Amino acid sequence: MTQPNAPVVAAPSPSGAGAATRRASSFLATRPRLRLGLLLSAPLTWLVLVYVVALAALLVTALWSVDAFTGEIVRGLTLDNLREVATESLYRTVTLRTLGVAALVTVIDVAIALPIAFSMAKVASPRARRMLVVAVLTPLWASYLVKAFAWRSLLSEGGLVDWVLDPFGAHSPGYGLTAVVMTQAYIWLPYVILPIFAGMERVPDALLEAAGDLGASAGTTVRTVVMPLLLPAIVAGSIFSFSLTLGDYISVNIVGGANQMLGNLVYTNVGAANNLPLAAAIALVPIVIMLGYLAAVRRTGALDNL
Amino acid sequence: MIPTTRRGRVGALAAAVTCSLALAACGGGGSDDAATEAPTKLGKNEGQVSILAWPGYVEDGSNDPDADWVTDFEKETGCKVTSKVYGTSDEAFNLAKSGDYDVVAASGDLTLRMVAAKAAAEVNTDLVPNYAKVFDFLKDQEWNTVDGKNYGVPHGYGANLLMYNSDVVKDEPTSWDVVFDKGAQYKGKVTAYDSPIYIADAAMYLMAKQPELKIENPYALDEKQLAAAVDLLKEQRANVGEYWSDYLKEASAFKTGDSVVGTTWQVIANTIDQDNVKTTVPEEGVTGWNDTWMIAAKAKHPNCAYAWLNHIEDPETNAQATEYFGESPNSEEACEFASEGFCETYHAGDKAYSDKIWYWRTPIEQCLDGRTDVTCTDYSDWTKAWTEIKG
Repeated sequence: MTQPNAPVVAAPSPSGAGAATRRASSFLATRPRLRLGLLLSAPLTWLVLVYVVALAALLVTALWSVDAFTGEIVRGLTLDNLREVATESLYRTVTLRTLGVAALVTVIDVAIALPIAFSMAKVASPRARRMLVVAVLTPLWASYLVKAFAWRSLLSEGGLVDWVLDPFGAHSPGYGLTAVVMTQAYIWLPYVILPIFAGMERVPDALLEAAGDLGASAGTTVRTVVMPLLLPAIVAGSIFSFSLTLGDYISVNIVGGANQMLGNLVYTNVGAANNLPLAAAIALVPIVIMLGYLAAVRRTGALDNL
Repeated sequence: MIPTTRRGRVGALAAAVTCSLALAACGGGGSDDAATEAPTKLGKNEGQVSILAWPGYVEDGSNDPDADWVTDFEKETGCKVTSKVYGTSDEAFNLAKSGDYDVVAASGDLTLRMVAAKAAAEVNTDLVPNYAKVFDFLKDQEWNTVDGKNYGVPHGYGANLLMYNSDVVKDEPTSWDVVFDKGAQYKGKVTAYDSPIYIADAAMYLMAKQPELKIENPYALDEKQLAAAVDLLKEQRANVGEYWSDYLKEASAFKTGDSVVGTTWQVIANTIDQDNVKTTVPEEGVTGWNDTWMIAAKAKHPNCAYAWLNHIEDPETNAQATEYFGESPNSEEACEFASEGFCETYHAGDKAYSDKIWYWRTPIEQCLDGRTDVTCTDYSDWTKAWTEIKG
């Protein structure tokens, strides 16, 4: 291999630079591990800078404190913030509330997404399928804020929801946690439909037909054939709706009435209370929850579906 | 093994220290004492000025074509104005410390914090010719002057009023009890200002309703008094539909009827502009604000900053700005430019009325009412209490 090649490469570039390049490449050619290391070092440095250092900075900030009057950050290490977040009942209540909202949003989104994804993947004609994918994606083109404010006016006193429900003697739920769940479920729905749709497309039609031929009812087919194959995709979708709801504070501000979620506590501690260290300590809560969630779903293979 | 582990730990520690040092270098803009010295004469205008202010303080006609006192200023001085609006003093404090703003319009609960954090520069009022026209009782006050040094010029003052929807609240309320003890009848439709400073409103109500608490000043609360105010606010929380800090959010809630009673600024009532939304001054009195135009310690455009201070102190501009916001102007001359009856409505220059308003102050450990036998709760206690109240 090398003998016919060597004179060809060497002949046109006898200069120093060419020789150095050649030397380097022949040096690397025999050392695959070093080659791999050099190739990976650039993206790895980036990853470490962006994720690990950012997280470490957050952790270090959580250990600082704030001078009460001047609002200046005091850079002495203390565990007070972490202890406060771990022991005060306020943070427990808000964490549970946030978890509840995130779980409810996820359940609602999956319940809505399943039939939509099924009809997109298995029922619709290829032409209709394209149209449906576009329809699912369309809401993503509108700004988050616009959608949240649209829900504010929909749910307001005498708003559209009130007007529709009025003949049935019911009323709009008004601003509060119900409104937050509705708004969040609406906003994150496309993120749940898409992975489930992708997973549903991978379920072979032949399996559905085989189940039918063997006498399984529609319900049995869904339970014993579709769901096990689809579970990783469903979990993948739930990661989106769950984590996005967990960190949200804007829609709570807009339609949540007087309620607070974890994101609001972070926001008020940064924006109003001017207590960055405490905000950092609170921000660790959703990170810990998400790490636990990801660890729990890792075995389902959901992470390969993201 | 042991030496290796130890070296590992030292290495990790060194990494952590370097990291925090690097962060300190990034985040901490060292305070520069020299910068707070007031200038004795002004130089050439820098061509621009950036202003941090309450909504409605810096209007260039884009919100309301009739409200424009920026365009003329830009033409006369050549200082292009960029402005940012904030919703609470706490938000303003954070923004002001960023060093991106030359001028800050600050209420009394912010000014002293600005001075303490060395974020405000001493102001030479001789360089603000229009300062001479300002009412004397607004000058050299504890919220704009510290240790004989002046840190800003007065803008105007006003009260946090009680706003109500007369379709639902039939009789004009005479007491704040409609949002506290009698709030349950408007359950889910009561609103309150979303800032720890709102605790003072509860304390002021308790001053009248529970004299045994011996509250003398709603900004000087010892632990027991703060606990009483917090209890009252926790009871109120059950009736609150939403808290507001964004004035447009309160305006929209009152327009649709989602909120029917609660604390407000006159400018919000003016924005809503509906016959059934009215404001009133309850018998327990009102909290309020007395605002100061400050210059940032790190101002990049100090000359344009002084030009703005002089412009906003100009009686005609001051009349426009304070009338637009719905607060009392800062000079007698401003009343000549204001519309008929404006100065009477807002009690401009009425020192006795002004003395009755509990202007926003920053609560500190040293009791503001002069008590020395107890320590008072400070603003960080208030902030913590406020998060708890909201739950």
